[in-house]
Amino acid sequence: MSNANIVPITMPKWGLSMQEGKVVEWLAQEGALLKLGDQVVDIETEKIANTFEALDAGILRRIVAQPDEVLPIGALLGVLAPAEVSDAEVDEYIAEFQKNYVPPAPEEGEGSDGFQFIEAGGYKLRYSKMGDGARVIILLHGFGGDAAGWLFNQGALAANATVYALDLPGHGQSSKALNDSSVQHLAATVVAFMDALEIAKAELVGHSLGGAIALQAAVDHPNRVSALALIGSAGLGAEINAGYINGFIAAESRKEMKPLLEQLVADANLINRTLINDILQFKRIDGVGEALTAIAKGFQDGSRQTVNLRANLEGLDIPIKVIWGSKDAIIPASHASGLPAKVSVTVLDGFGHLVQLEAAAEVNKLLA
Amino acid sequence: MARKITYQQAINEAIDQEMARDENIVLMGEDVVGGSGSDGEMDAWGGVLGVTKGLYGKYGDRIMDTPISESGFVGAAVGAAASGLRPICELMFIDFMGVCFDQIFNQAAKFRYMFGGKAETPVVIRTMYGAGFRAAAQHSQCLYPLFTHIPGLKVVLPSSPYDVKGLLIQAIRDNDPVIFCEHKVLYTMEGDVPEESYTIPFGEANIVREGDDVTIVAFGRMVQQALKAATALAKEGISCEVIDPRTTSPLDEDSILESVENTGRLVVVDEASPRCGMAADISALVARKGFSSLKAPIEVVTPPHTPVPFAGKLEDLYVPNPDKIAAAVRATAGYNA
Repeated sequence: MSNANIVPITMPKWGLSMQEGKVVEWLAQEGALLKLGDQVVDIETEKIANTFEALDAGILRRIVAQPDEVLPIGALLGVLAPAEVSDAEVDEYIAEFQKNYVPPAPEEGEGSDGFQFIEAGGYKLRYSKMGDGARVIILLHGFGGDAAGWLFNQGALAANATVYALDLPGHGQSSKALNDSSVQHLAATVVAFMDALEIAKAELVGHSLGGAIALQAAVDHPNRVSALALIGSAGLGAEINAGYINGFIAAESRKEMKPLLEQLVADANLINRTLINDILQFKRIDGVGEALTAIAKGFQDGSRQTVNLRANLEGLDIPIKVIWGSKDAIIPASHASGLPAKVSVTVLDGFGHLVQLEAAAEVNKLLA
Repeated sequence: MARKITYQQAINEAIDQEMARDENIVLMGEDVVGGSGSDGEMDAWGGVLGVTKGLYGKYGDRIMDTPISESGFVGAAVGAAASGLRPICELMFIDFMGVCFDQIFNQAAKFRYMFGGKAETPVVIRTMYGAGFRAAAQHSQCLYPLFTHIPGLKVVLPSSPYDVKGLLIQAIRDNDPVIFCEHKVLYTMEGDVPEESYTIPFGEANIVREGDDVTIVAFGRMVQQALKAATALAKEGISCEVIDPRTTSPLDEDSILESVENTGRLVVVDEASPRCGMAADISALVARKGFSSLKAPIEVVTPPHTPVPFAGKLEDLYVPNPDKIAAAVRATAGYNA
């Protein structure tokens, strides 16, 4: 008879490799009225420390997990319920939850980190797949990123969709040697990836360079793309922070890389040791420097973007969302202005270029 | 699919990938082929612990067994490097280096300088070091401070499977002589290692763990010991930053000094003998350039100044362990001027 008005807050799964997380500190107190995106609790994993934001609105009736507790994903952290639900009902709900909760076993049939590889478009591409809904979403990372960068988004979107995230050629653990580094070629590679997995049509969600690639794919292959979401996207205007792009290509050490990565976010605390190490490990692989140099040449010249697909938006007969962080220091949020009326535009106040990481709950809601 | 392999496999893979890339790379040393022509598993054993197993079948004469004459084959490797090849020379135990100091200290290390920059000596001398193997005083030493002392040599102490592959590829591609020191106890350590080739620059320390109270600088095998101590100390509320310099020459002084600037307390952990070793060197560096940040005396954790004992119980007492490291951290954390 458990009350349908009671909503659990559970340990999130941030990234495929996350098995457990540590509760660091509660930022909301019992009795607080939460709305979507409110900061609830700081959680630390092997990979990243971040603030868990409210996924649902409601009153935080009970804090279950205490600071310093290390709990598996899905474990009960707290309980949201409206005022009319009695304390006894909350207690009963918690008892019921704890009785039925089983920590998830590591998924079988996948690599230990949940990633898989497929040959497509002349490349070996690494990707991950979450969820099994009829709706199909493909997440395209930005310049220098990889599939793992969607760690706060992929799981949430997979609640009612099949969500793929792939490493573009030259990135992550995909092939590093490029046949061609143009945005058009990378867009064709995404379509080849869809062919290889027999995906007829998908929604493309692209961040930064991935946005330009998504848009290019929709222009070149209109029957393969059912919707677009462009986050801090390239291809919608001329300005770009060339210092970041060129610095990222040149940086070899932690000391050079850290200030660059800090430009990606409004809150520099998000850029921790593990994140910097992961980027440096990627950059040290043979062929990455050449690939990044070539890809950068494919969409920028000096401090200007050379691929402008803005004029194509009007002609696309699909739903298009544009999302930006107001403090984006890589591609200015002004590129979200003046778009055709059919485009749904959201500028989230106070966040940087990695808005899908910094304001994950809001972005996930917009993409849901 | 993150892939886990051992430290030993990572060394083999680095040599394999580099030899496939550049035909000027040759491998030479005692038993690096090892018993070719025997049956099955015994065929081409690949070094005393099998690290180079499988390479002879792929690269044939580019893998050369040498006589038991370190002064001869190390000299040959140095000469070959000066005249166009890129030899990887395996000198089984670092303890045996004494017989080829001239070839290393006075020839390889000096060629670039003595020939006005016109000569390069791209040789890698791979060697095993360290205690913990019940191998007694003549096969257990940590002699890397001797090489660190000599200008013209680069000295590498990889502490994990990921690092050993990237640092060895970097060493092979480097145009100067590199002394590449592999701790024999780490050979079985497993970790994530990319299948692709990659390099790790020399002189870039790895911040293995972040912390705010005490900086622990540890070398080679001691990095894992320091991490164990740091995990235990975290439960007591002491937050340790663990720094692995990765190379003793060049040395990433900045990362050490910046960390001590933040913590104000330093513990150096070195498996080498205490006198004129890395613990003394790092302590002097921080005392001189980081004095104003220090809140407590620097602590060092090293073996006593004795040969490595053969008796197992004594050898265990000799090597720094997490308990000794934790005690040193508590001493500096609890110090009040």
